[in-house]
Amino acid sequence: MLRTEPITGNDRRVAPAEVPKTTRMTLVQAVTRALYEEMERDPTVLVLGQDVGKDGGVFRATEGLYEAFGAERVIDTPLAESGITGTAIGLAVAGFRPVAEIQFMGFVYLALNQFFCHAARLRNRSRGRYNVPMVLRMPYGGGIRPPEHHSESYEALFVATPGIKVVIPSTPYDAKGMLASAIRDNDPVLFLEPKRIYRAFREEVPVEPYTIPLGKANVVRVGKDVTLISYGAMMRPTLEAADAVARDGVSAEVVDLRTLAPVDVETLTASVAKTGRAVVVHEAPKTGGFGGEVTALLNERVLMHLEAPVQRVGGFDVAFPPALLEDYYLPHRARVVEAIRRTLSY
Amino acid sequence: MPRRTIYHAVTERLEILDEHGNIDPELDPHLTAEQLLALYRTMVRMRLFDQKGLNLQRQGRMGTWGSLQGQEASQAGMALAMEPQDWLTPSFREHGLMEAIGVPMRQIYAFWRGDGRGAIYPPHVNCLPQAVPVGTQFLHATGIGLALKKRGERAAVVGCGGDGATSEGDFHEAMNFAGVFQTNTVFFIQNNQWAISLPFNRQTASETIAQKAHAYGIPGIQVDGNDALAVYVASREALERARSGGGPTLIECLTYRLRDHTTADDHTRYRSADEVAEWQKRDPIDRMFAFLAGSGVWNDEREAALRTAINQEVEAEVEKFEQMSPPPPSDIFDYFYEVMPWNLKEQREQLLTEVARC
Repeated sequence: MLRTEPITGNDRRVAPAEVPKTTRMTLVQAVTRALYEEMERDPTVLVLGQDVGKDGGVFRATEGLYEAFGAERVIDTPLAESGITGTAIGLAVAGFRPVAEIQFMGFVYLALNQFFCHAARLRNRSRGRYNVPMVLRMPYGGGIRPPEHHSESYEALFVATPGIKVVIPSTPYDAKGMLASAIRDNDPVLFLEPKRIYRAFREEVPVEPYTIPLGKANVVRVGKDVTLISYGAMMRPTLEAADAVARDGVSAEVVDLRTLAPVDVETLTASVAKTGRAVVVHEAPKTGGFGGEVTALLNERVLMHLEAPVQRVGGFDVAFPPALLEDYYLPHRARVVEAIRRTLSY
Repeated sequence: MPRRTIYHAVTERLEILDEHGNIDPELDPHLTAEQLLALYRTMVRMRLFDQKGLNLQRQGRMGTWGSLQGQEASQAGMALAMEPQDWLTPSFREHGLMEAIGVPMRQIYAFWRGDGRGAIYPPHVNCLPQAVPVGTQFLHATGIGLALKKRGERAAVVGCGGDGATSEGDFHEAMNFAGVFQTNTVFFIQNNQWAISLPFNRQTASETIAQKAHAYGIPGIQVDGNDALAVYVASREALERARSGGGPTLIECLTYRLRDHTTADDHTRYRSADEVAEWQKRDPIDRMFAFLAGSGVWNDEREAALRTAINQEVEAEVEKFEQMSPPPPSDIFDYFYEVMPWNLKEQREQLLTEVARC
């Protein structure tokens, strides 16, 4: 089970004296709550996408927003990802803060030309006159047995494109605070929601608005023998693996990156400099995945601290398989444990 | 049940000045002499400013230049109809229209020499930088038009592109969204009949671009794009409709690209000299000259004086453009994010160290 205890690590921002009002919610409810709070706070925030209005989104991530804010601010669009993204860019240039939803990350390719060629570049192209304060949010990743093209993790494409922030929460608490930050950010943010854990667990989340800074990783578990680095839905098998090796007396530190671009290199290197060993876990294909970037950063900066090569655990270098085979594809506890053993026995 | 017609479409074409400069009295928009001369001066400015860009390129003083020659009536007609509160999302051949609404020539020259500072426009000009990926800018015009509508502003946005751009998906998505949301947008297509080497009849099986508006439930019109008065009238109508919340319009200006696609192109490889010569006879500037001369408000002497004055202005702009200091290397980093992330800071430092060593 992912963290159910009170918030620990870098994020302890609530002083014990002022016991905050919290409520238990799932990750998808936290997304909805952040959208609601930001729309309430700032009249320029709009939500647009397919089925986001009356239907409340296919995952119900925008549930209740249409009733609360009306069709002018919660906009059901025609079915066209480039149209959604390009229209959001125009809205952003002309003074709004659009939060555009792509229904599944598998369909995001159609939006890339707009997002990469314009959203990511317009501030630079106009020398700072125009900026694109938009959020492109979408569910990503596998684990829910949907049809083909509904399980992809293309985050590395976005990390490789300058001008975009890439944010992936793994908990309801982070999802709410980081989506609020993404909406308030004056540059375009890709916000990826791990749909596999949309409803996997609940945790206590403050009912009041709060933000979590983008670009800051979270050390969710302190350890001394090895650093496990992951994000999004893969935090779950990563923490399970940490539990499993703890029974053998291995103390694993676990870092939730939370933002891939810009990545929190300080937290990453400080942890690995301490433990001397690292395993990075993601569900995107291993080749060209973010794990390679993490490995390279560690080699560049803390090579002399490394006791073993950095181990990468990823999806395989194949298209995301059909539902009946997805459990073989997705990294799981045993695969992460195996990587930890490899690095310890090097 | 018999089959029956459930949709019947008609597309209009508007022409006001014929090839010899004769005006249709029924359609005469009755512009004042001052407006007519402003329209004409704008067209001549475009021609001379554009020709200078070509000359500079041949002399090695300019990067790639995509000439607009032949399309002056289209761009000047739209410029005259636009108001200061309106927006423009231009493609790469709209430098005449941009200059006419207030972007200095030297900025446009700088942009095409490869200086990012060329996309700095005066604050009162609502214009996005010229979009290079073909057709992408139409969606920004839809989004901006939606923003204007949501705020209830009496303003419109003009999304520009050529015949080639109408084959891109974004053109269709933009019109579809604009139709559904009834945005304050004017889609302004200059059909110059050649997308580099591809002729219009291979771009689409449609007889016109204007008729594509029917598919999106919005008005569409074709105008003679070499007739500045027709373009002005259609643009004024469409802009007024958009500003007053009446929704989007598609305007097709049927015109002709008299020059190469860009200075990197050789149009003699794919089209005949006869065809080009035929369109040179329909030069939009000659047509307007004939009309104005016939009306008694213009003559060769005034023409010579105008050209001298504009050329002096162009030379002064070129001088300013060429006096611009080279952009500092740090420029490639400094405008990318509101807050520069650590990796850009490191790389910026690295570059500046490299430069200092040289």
